[in-house]
Amino acid sequence: MLKKIIILVFVTCFACFKTVFAAESGGMPQLNPEFWISQIFWLIITFGILFIVLTKVILPKISDNLETRKSQILENIETADKQKEESQKKIDEYEKIILESKIKAKNYFNDAREKIIEDINKKRAALEKDLDEEISSTENELSEFKKSSGDKVTKIAAETSAELIKELIGEGVNSSSIAAIVEDQAKMNKERKDVI
Amino acid sequence: MASNPMYQFNVYRIGPEIKLGSVDISFTNASLFMVISSLAILIIFNLGAKKKTLIPDKLQLLSELSYSFVAKMISDTAGSKAKPYFSFIFSLFMFVLFCNMFGMIPYAFTVTSHIIVTFVLAAFIFIGVTVIGFMKHGLGYLKLFVPSGVPMVLLPLIVVIEIISYLSRPISLSVRLFANMMAGHTMMKVFGGFVISLGIVGGWLPLSFSVALTGLEILVAFLQAYVFAILTCIYLNDALNLHH
Repeated sequence: MLKKIIILVFVTCFACFKTVFAAESGGMPQLNPEFWISQIFWLIITFGILFIVLTKVILPKISDNLETRKSQILENIETADKQKEESQKKIDEYEKIILESKIKAKNYFNDAREKIIEDINKKRAALEKDLDEEISSTENELSEFKKSSGDKVTKIAAETSAELIKELIGEGVNSSSIAAIVEDQAKMNKERKDVI
Repeated sequence: MASNPMYQFNVYRIGPEIKLGSVDISFTNASLFMVISSLAILIIFNLGAKKKTLIPDKLQLLSELSYSFVAKMISDTAGSKAKPYFSFIFSLFMFVLFCNMFGMIPYAFTVTSHIIVTFVLAAFIFIGVTVIGFMKHGLGYLKLFVPSGVPMVLLPLIVVIEIISYLSRPISLSVRLFANMMAGHTMMKVFGGFVISLGIVGGWLPLSFSVALTGLEILVAFLQAYVFAILTCIYLNDALNLHH
């Protein structure tokens, strides 16, 4: 079994090589081993130099560049964030100040209004008091005058009637009796008025 | 002679014959394009890394973008443990990419269209990954061939399959790149030959095909470099994080 496999492998290998070299002679320059060693040699040299120079010189530079850019961008973003925060704080402060001043202005206005209203009320109260006093004094005067006016009227009436009688009769009549009559008459008048 | 589509893959000596002992290590057109690719990489990335401005210019942007592209590729596939191998994978990716791209220039030689070049790269990766695996895990690295959760009956078969698939890694890796590049360039050459042979009357169809193929080949050139690098990352991941 094993022998058979080995023989088979050999046969296929042989067939492959035969076809390969047939292909080479038929026009596949890749299978011409003439320059294989040379190609390997130059491949190792060029690729080796490329690999070493890239590893030692160029790639560190590129990765450095990328790193610095990354860190710089991160830094910039950080500063921008910080500045944003600060400006937000400033805006908050500003708004607070505005609010406070608004409240203050309102308070001032209210105070002033209250003061004015108080002032007005005070002045009005004083004025009303004055007016009341004036009115009451006038009323007093008036009532006094009314009281005294009745006596004066009877007196004047008595005097006038005495004078009239004197003129009519030609001689004086007892003034006290005249006064009594006038008073009676006035009373009667008053009563009549009251009845009416 | 020049109409042979395989003629473009011929390697010939440039300058004198150099012999090291009995082996011929002459400078050839393949060597020339290896040197050109490496120099181009070094010049471009050196210029890109030179200036340290906060806002990058075009070359700096290019170098930084490729740096982060490869870094992301490695960290996505192999994790953070693969960081020490970043510069190797970066060099590998750039070397293959630039060799492929320089091959797209008419009359240029495609270094990666030669099996020996891709095989040496793949074999180096294979040996390196195996050494790293054994250094990290000792003989425990052999657990890679014994997947967990497989019934005991199937285990011998699975182990054999795993070993074969592991050993075929360098071949598949090298042949994938080589065959892609060779096939693409051969096809372009064939269509280019059709343009000439059909002349001004019938040559327009293969010409338009040729234009489309050029675009496709540029895509393939990038894609194969990417696949080469990402497969390296995956093999490295197997060696670094043994979880099979």
